[in-house]
Parts: sequence; C-alpha cells; structure tokens
Amino acid sequence: MAENLLRLRGVSKTFGPVRALDNVSLDLNAGEVLALLGDNGAGKSTLVKILAGVHAPDAGSIMFRNVPVTIASPAAARALGIATVYQDLALCDNLDVVANLFLGREQARVLLSEEAMERQAWTLLRQLSAKIPSVRIPVASLSGGQRQTVAIARSLVGEPAVVILDEPTAALGVAQTAEVLGLIRRLRDRGHGVLLITHNMSDMQQVADRAVVLRLGRNNGVFDVARTTHEQIVAAITGATTEPATVRTATAPRATATEK
Amino acid sequence: MIQDAATAPIDLRDERLVRGLLARLRGGDTGQLPVVAGLLIICVIFQSLNGSFLSSANLVNLATECAAVGIISLGIVLVLLVGEIDLSVGSMSGLASAILGVGLTRYGWPLPVTLLVALAAGAVVGVVYGAIFVRFGVPSFVITLAGLLALLGMQLQLLGANGSINIPFSSGIVRFTQQSFVVRPLSYVLMAVVAGAYLVAQLARIRRRRTHGLSTGSPLVPVAKAGALLVALQAGCWYLNQDRGVSAPFVLLVGLVVALHIALTRTRWGRSVYAVGGSVEAARRAGIRVDRVYLSVFLLCGLLAALGGLLSAGRLATASISSGVGDTNLNAIAAAVIGGTSLFGGRGGAYSALLGIVVIQSISSGLTLLNLASSTRFMITGGVLMVAVIVDSLSRRSRAAHGRA
Repeated sequence: MAENLLRLRGVSKTFGPVRALDNVSLDLNAGEVLALLGDNGAGKSTLVKILAGVHAPDAGSIMFRNVPVTIASPAAARALGIATVYQDLALCDNLDVVANLFLGREQARVLLSEEAMERQAWTLLRQLSAKIPSVRIPVASLSGGQRQTVAIARSLVGEPAVVILDEPTAALGVAQTAEVLGLIRRLRDRGHGVLLITHNMSDMQQVADRAVVLRLGRNNGVFDVARTTHEQIVAAITGATTEPATVRTATAPRATATEK
Repeated sequence: MIQDAATAPIDLRDERLVRGLLARLRGGDTGQLPVVAGLLIICVIFQSLNGSFLSSANLVNLATECAAVGIISLGIVLVLLVGEIDLSVGSMSGLASAILGVGLTRYGWPLPVTLLVALAAGAVVGVVYGAIFVRFGVPSFVITLAGLLALLGMQLQLLGANGSINIPFSSGIVRFTQQSFVVRPLSYVLMAVVAGAYLVAQLARIRRRRTHGLSTGSPLVPVAKAGALLVALQAGCWYLNQDRGVSAPFVLLVGLVVALHIALTRTRWGRSVYAVGGSVEAARRAGIRVDRVYLSVFLLCGLLAALGGLLSAGRLATASISSGVGDTNLNAIAAAVIGGTSLFGGRGGAYSALLGIVVIQSISSGLTLLNLASSTRFMITGGVLMVAVIVDSLSRRSRAAHGRA
C-alpha cells in the first residue's frame, strides 16, 4: 500500500460560537487524488487553512508521514511539504511566468540566475505537459486554464509531498477544465498526494480515487469513487443519508440542521 | 530552417505567441516608445522656433539641470512601482538643502559630515513614512501630504529669520554641481567603457542561455547594438565637449539610474518590489516580507530626495525658504509618469526617471529660450503631464482589452 502522507484524527476548530470543524478525520496517501466534498459552510476551507498553516486546530492530531506535527505558519506548511493552491491563484499579473514560479524563492548569487530558473520552469512545465506558449510573457496575457497551470506548477517548485487544490476548475471553461484535470492526474502519477477541494461532481468522478464528505463540520462518509454512484455522494453532501461507517462522527442530521 | 523538436532550444519547442513590435504595441505594451517619440517632437519644435535649442551650450546646461530633480524622480519611480506615492519629496529636498546651509555656515561642520547628516535625515524621514504606512495602514498619499507640511516647517525653522543662507562658492558641493565636468579625454574613455560593459554583459547572457539549453539570438545583434551605442555615445560626448563637456552631476544621475535598473531587474529585492506593485497579497503569500519592501522603498525615496536637494542647493549656491518649494515636487512626480512608470503600480523602471526629466527640462529650457514666462511654462508642463497620464491609462485599458492587464 502507498505511503500515508497525511493522517488527521479528531480535528476540531471553533470560531466564537461557530463550530467550523468537529472531530474530523482524514487520510491522504501518496499517489492518490482525494476529493474533499461538502456544501457551503461544511468546513472545507477551514480544513484547508489548518493544513496550510493559516489556522491552528483547537483539538486533534495531524500526522505527516506518520510523524505528529504542528503546522504553525504557511511557511512551516511549505517547509514540511504541503503546498496549497488557493482559488484566487495569487499570481502577480505584471510578472512573467518564470518570475511567478519562483516568487519568494528566486535563485540568485548576487544577481538573479534567470537562465537556470527559466530552464527549470520549462522542465517543470514539460513534465506537467502544460501548454504555456512562453515563460517570458506577463501572466496577465495567459488564459484562465494557463494561469491555473502556472499556479499549480508553482506549488511544485519545492517538490512538496502534498498538493492541496482549492476549487481549481471553478472559473474555467470546458476545454480548460479538461486540461487542469489532466494536470491533476499527472500530479498523482508523479507520486504526490493531491487533496482536491471541489463542488463539481463530474470533476470528482473523473479524477478522484476516494472522496471524503464533510457536512456541517463533521465527517459524513468516505467513498471509493469507482464504486459509488453520484447520487450516494450527493446524498451524503446534502445530508439526505448518513453513512453507516461514520455514524460515530455524524449525529442525527436533523438535529444539526435545526442547530443551525 | 526547420529544427528538429528534440534539438531545438527548450523554450522554442512550443511557440505559439504572436511576436513582433507591432502586435505588442497594439496590445498596449507601449513601454517607453511614447516618451521617446514625444522627446523627438519637442526637439523638432523648439529647434525650429529657436536655432540655439540644440546647440552644445544649451544641451550642456540642460543635462546639468536634469541631475537634481532627476535623482528625486528616481525615488518617485520606486514608490510608484509598489503602487504608492511620496508627495513630500520637494519638501524633503528643501529640508536637505537647509541642513546643508546651516551645517556648513552656522555650525561649521566639514562638508562630508554635513552631506551625511542631510542624507541620513532623508533616510530617517523615509523610514518614518514606511513605518507609519506598514503599522497603521494609512494611505501613503495622506502620510506624505502631512509630511510635506511638517518638513516644510522644519526647513523654515532651520533657516531662521533670514530665510536664506548662502553656501560659499569655494565649497566642494558648489564646485561639483556648477563647475565639474568630465575631463575630455576621460569622457571618451568612459563612453567606450560603457559600450564595452554592455557588450560583455550581453555576450555573457548569450553564453549562459546556451549552457542552459535556451534559445539565443545571433551574437551579432549585441555586437551591432554595442557598436551603435558606442558611436552614439562618442558622438554625443564630442558634441557636448564642443562646449564645457559632460557635467559630473549628470554622470551621477545616469550612474544611479543604471545601478537602480540593475537592482530592480536582476536582484531578489527588485523582483519583490515589482511583485508588491503587482499584487500585495500574492507577494505576501509567496513569502516575501512585504513590510520590508515598503520600508526599503520609502527609505530610498527619502534618501534620493535629500540627495537631489543637496545638488540643487549646490547648483544655486544657496539654501532658502524657496528651495524645494513650487515645481520641484510636481516635476519629480511628473518626470516618473511621463517617462512611463505607471501610477497604478508594478510597471515602469529606472530609465523612466531619466527620460521623463529630460522631457521636462527640454520643455522648460525651450520655453525659457523663447522668453516665455513661467506661467506659460507651468501650463505647458501640466498639459504634457496630462497627456502622459492619459497614455498610461489608455495603455492599461488596451492591455485589459488584449488580456494583458
């Protein structure tokens, strides 16, 4: 079996009166795409921010490669090998592709080693079979899919074990979505563990190996995507059913619904 | 020539971009073309109105007068690149000249000490602006507007009741700004060295790209460009040498422009300046210490403003309550914008300060030759600034329309 990269147990997080995450567990292995599903307010973003080092959990444990860790800051998450690509991509439109890929970790002696960075940029983009016409044009002139590609390629510069993608296809057209999904498969083939946050059922079914569903801050089922129907997962997201396997974490859905 | 995909340089195996100058211009990527075109038009107009505009003597004056405000404008370029502004550079330069006058005459400090104190004052003011901006998030517009008044007050207080202090003509700063010209033989050597350095840098770049398997143009192109540069520099040098020659303050300005250009384009610090100007949030998430970038930029702006003030005081051999007041502020800001540095942050470069100040000084010098009052000069400079800002906005809109915003 593939190496376990991330193991979360009983992770909870409260913001004032709001229980954003309640006793959430999750496992991510090397070479798999794990979809993280849930309706608005299910706690997906909070979970991502805990893994990215933006928030600290109130309770629970995080194991990275079977070693307990605390992720104190975004820099600590990156150093550990957890790279996050946020939905807004956080690219500098006025800088070219190479500058964006290496932003904040440029290679330099006294002067920047532009040529070394440009070659590595091309090598990385080739490995991802990315379609970028030139790495020396401002990111502003790239299409949405190409910008997503640059953002994902940038997350790979430090060779992280885990790549977290927050709604990577949300703003993309059909062809560009297919391009990004192909990219996600290639991340898996490279041996990364990919945590894919998405609303899109079709994306999930095309690329994910397993799917974890959150509902109102709690686990509401783990599914093997190949052996589960679309309807079963939608039911778990909306709370129409409660998976028998996760009864321990998911209390009666009606009670939580009225709580809200 | 058809290249095998496997042997082609790594960056040319998938080239679908429309290249070429025309396509880039249509996309709003105008760079410094408008200002160069504008400069040519200005030269033609003034030369036809007054034949002495392009004379050696006038060009020598023009170059010398560019130095002070050009250096201040260099600081403005920096703050504009991070998307901020410093409205108090005029007052800062006035305060620096007041420190120079008071230090030299009232306290009898040696010149180097006085210069250091004035420059340090500029750096401290810059750091204070930066700290307030970073700590409290007050818009730099407001901070520096308050600073403008405060610094003006300090300048008046330092100068005291007289309101004016003459700086001795024997002082080094006066001699440097008024009478220092590069010795003629040395000027030709200097220009040859500049062209040679350009050639070496370009050839080294081609060699590095080749060792990394990237595409290179023909090595003949940089050789030809360096040759053209050499001829142009030597000719310009010869022309200025017909009069007094290449003035030292102008060489200082150009040297600072080149140094800042290298720092902005080839160092990690410069990259972070552009990143902050492009997107603060992206820069922060990439791990750039955004606060330090702001502090360094405001510091340099204050420092350069002080240096400009010292040069301008030296040139007039006086520090008075009118030093740095009036059009210094606006000329410095206008030069940066006219030269092609965007008011919206993230676009532009060190050369825009040089180009912009040459445009402004040309207009000023041309109108002076025509015996026009400063009222007309202000109106025309204002009009040119308006055109520059419109070009900036239009090219920004055009970039957006062509997906290059």
